Amino acid sequence: MSTSDAYYIPHKAVWPVIGTLGLMVTLAGFANYLNGSSIGPAMMIAGLTLFIVMLAGWFTLQAGESESGMYNHGVGISYRMGMMWFIFSEIMFFAVFFGTLWYTRNLSVEWLAGFGDGPGRATNDLLWSGFEGGWPTNGPGEVGGEYEPMGAFGLPLLNTIILLSSGVTCEWAHHGLLKKNRQQLIKGLIATVSLGFLFVLCQAYEYHEAYTEMGLTLGSGIYGSTFFMLTGFHGFHVCVGAIILSVVLFRSWKGHFTPENHFAFEGAAWYWHFVDVVWLGLFIFVYLM
Amino acid sequence: MSANVAAHDDHHDHGPEKGIVRWIVTTNHKDIGTLYLAFALVMFFVGGTMALIIRSELFEPGMQFVDPQFFNSMTTMHALVMVFGAVMPAFVGLANWQIPMMIGAPDMALPRMNNMSFWMLVAGVLLLASTLFMEGGAPAGGWTLYPPLVLQTGDALPFAIFSVHLLGISSIMGAINVIATIFNMRAPGMTLMKMPLFVWTWLITAFLLIAIMPVFAGAVTMLLTDRFFDTSFFDAAGGGDPVLYQHIFWFFGHPEVYVMILPTFGVASTIIPVFARKPLFGYASMVYATAAIAFLSFIVWAHHMFTVGMPVAGELYFMYATMLIAVPTGVKIFNWTATMWKGAMTFETPMLFSIAFVVLFTMGGFTGLMMAVAPVDFQYHDTYFIVAHFHYTLVPASIFILMAAGYFWLPKWTGNMYNERIGKLHFWLSAISVNILFFPQHFLGLAGMPRRIPDYAVQFADWNMISSIGAFIYGFSQLLFVYIVIDTIRGGTGEKVTDEVWEDAKKHSLEWTLPSPPPYHSFTTPPEKIPTEHF
Ligand code: HEM
Ligand SMILES: [Cu+2]
Repeated sequence: MSTSDAYYIPHKAVWPVIGTLGLMVTLAGFANYLNGSSIGPAMMIAGLTLFIVMLAGWFTLQAGESESGMYNHGVGISYRMGMMWFIFSEIMFFAVFFGTLWYTRNLSVEWLAGFGDGPGRATNDLLWSGFEGGWPTNGPGEVGGEYEPMGAFGLPLLNTIILLSSGVTCEWAHHGLLKKNRQQLIKGLIATVSLGFLFVLCQAYEYHEAYTEMGLTLGSGIYGSTFFMLTGFHGFHVCVGAIILSVVLFRSWKGHFTPENHFAFEGAAWYWHFVDVVWLGLFIFVYLM
Repeated sequence: MSANVAAHDDHHDHGPEKGIVRWIVTTNHKDIGTLYLAFALVMFFVGGTMALIIRSELFEPGMQFVDPQFFNSMTTMHALVMVFGAVMPAFVGLANWQIPMMIGAPDMALPRMNNMSFWMLVAGVLLLASTLFMEGGAPAGGWTLYPPLVLQTGDALPFAIFSVHLLGISSIMGAINVIATIFNMRAPGMTLMKMPLFVWTWLITAFLLIAIMPVFAGAVTMLLTDRFFDTSFFDAAGGGDPVLYQHIFWFFGHPEVYVMILPTFGVASTIIPVFARKPLFGYASMVYATAAIAFLSFIVWAHHMFTVGMPVAGELYFMYATMLIAVPTGVKIFNWTATMWKGAMTFETPMLFSIAFVVLFTMGGFTGLMMAVAPVDFQYHDTYFIVAHFHYTLVPASIFILMAAGYFWLPKWTGNMYNERIGKLHFWLSAISVNILFFPQHFLGLAGMPRRIPDYAVQFADWNMISSIGAFIYGFSQLLFVYIVIDTIRGGTGEKVTDEVWEDAKKHSLEWTLPSPPPYHSFTTPPEKIPTEHF
């Protein structure tokens, strides 16, 4: 049986343990930092370094194996399934925060304001009389003080256009790859990565505005909490996606990938589309409504 | 589905690495399975020790050994260690060992990730365990980590939260691996409806895991930001709601209990037919019942929150939806019983544990049904009745079946036979003591003894004492299992077992067609014939 039609099973792996150690040290460091211990930051730097070394090492290994034809069709399917279900788990993660937004906005804030026939009435009468609810709100205690809610038009709309176009350029690159048009592949990826980082820059600018001019912070009650957690986790995912796409871009440059064998590209593209769709949800439910 | 023939990076050496390094860098499904199982067994005793501390304190009314804060840490840590450190990893270990052998594959689909998911588990448990030694003690607000109480935890809080993140990553990676393996690595002819039920139940469990672990991660992330970054998710003053946490937690938590019970069902469905010498009764209905339970488990979560102050419509909906679960569960219990009906039964240790499981799990199911009735749950909620309920579904169910699986497959894995006499002794001691331990807790709960308290009113003294005695008998009899495992690995009775170990086991599932012990890489070429006993 020649290697190419057999399912490849690696014999030993050092990167997983190193990666785990890196992540554990990072998180332990972060926890120490939160507790006000001075060794926290040093641990975080050490852990993150280890983690990044792991990423570089593991990806180089995989890319090399892939290019030398060690992965048959079956291995490709396993990787694709892995990526698919990983993205599904990410969807569930975001669902928690969307669910939180829905629940607080439509149920619990109303109850605090005394609507409905549930326990809300008494809560409102006894604890928060005068609170009228509505959205956006920083709650009956007006936690975080005065703030101005974030509008939808302007920067967020621009960001929507940026991210949606990056989805298109990503597909354009994929077509280039399938047509064996390397120029189109590379150009498409450069455009996608640039748009991705542009999005992050705009987002950073928006946060800066919010904190310095609008009085809107993570501490601005439930509105600030949901706003920054949702957009923040999304922005983090955009960064990760853009970094993955940069690696794919680099590999395209080096001549990797064929129309048949390009899991890394496909996985990165799926991830990117997922990040895109989450943003659409954000734009509608966080900014527009 | 393609014929998966194995290829390795090193064609000259098909064996494992030497020494300790083998266990650190291994990508082999059997090695990783062994690591998981060994780890789970150690954690079972760590969690068990905590349980005995709890039961010692409760032996008599009044404060005896520990202070209340530490007592509460013990109840919290006992649950977390048992759930995330013992039961779940043990089933992942079984999945690792068995799934490739049962579907005729050389290994798991993603071997490197397999290694990582084990070490992530160790990392998560290390972070969790480290909290025992911290300023303010380990988390003590209960395993459900409800705010606002849990936000009063000392230095332990961020460590516990990050531990949940690591355990979540570990479970998700393990689950993805199971799904990819089952969908992609089956031998030709192993159609979905020919898969052994253990494989089926794990497939469905894996979907549950991928759907719920991120939800738990999200919930604890909000705890972290509420405590350290000024957010108001669970703070009414800022417009948030502590009850929101409970909704999110139980959206995770209820499917989570099925993560622990579905593979249990799978193992029971694998063992009972072998010793009844009959095909499993109602194979297809078992598959559909498993899927139905999994689906229902996502829409019943608030039965844990009947007393929290939900709108009446919510109480009613969650009450009826919860009761529905009893239907597919009943189908399963019926099928196990029907499998044994008129079978040529023998009662080796794995079968004894499995039969005890069917009987005792049914009791846990019935108390579940009682608590599903919203108005009466106002009496049961947060009492020892619920403690009795879930321990009946976990100890004489999941744990018994894990023991059964050990006795059932250890001879296959090692090539040696275990000592049946000590096995039976272990069974009878466990089966009797587990009832001495948990049955009186029903009475305590009905009489109104609250859970999670270090001291209690004197009218509860007698049953508590009996329960504690049962706990010590149960705990110490588990040492017999450790003895048997070690003894069997080192040669057991000296009798060499055949490939199929149990009479006609080959008819039921593929692992029995391999030698005992099986080769390092299970099926390097796909098997020719797929067992069809369960039709
Ligand atoms: C027929 C099936 C079942 C029904 C109807 C059911 C119902 C319930 C209900 C209503 C509660 C909440 C009681 C309260 O807090 O007042 C509960 C708690 C619990 N159940 Fe079940 N249950 C079932 C099966 C299971 C199974 C199979 C497991 C585990 C393998 C399990 C584990 C638990 C646990 C751990 C708790 C307590 C959680 C806590 O508050 O710490 N249950 N069950
Ligand atoms: Cu439940």
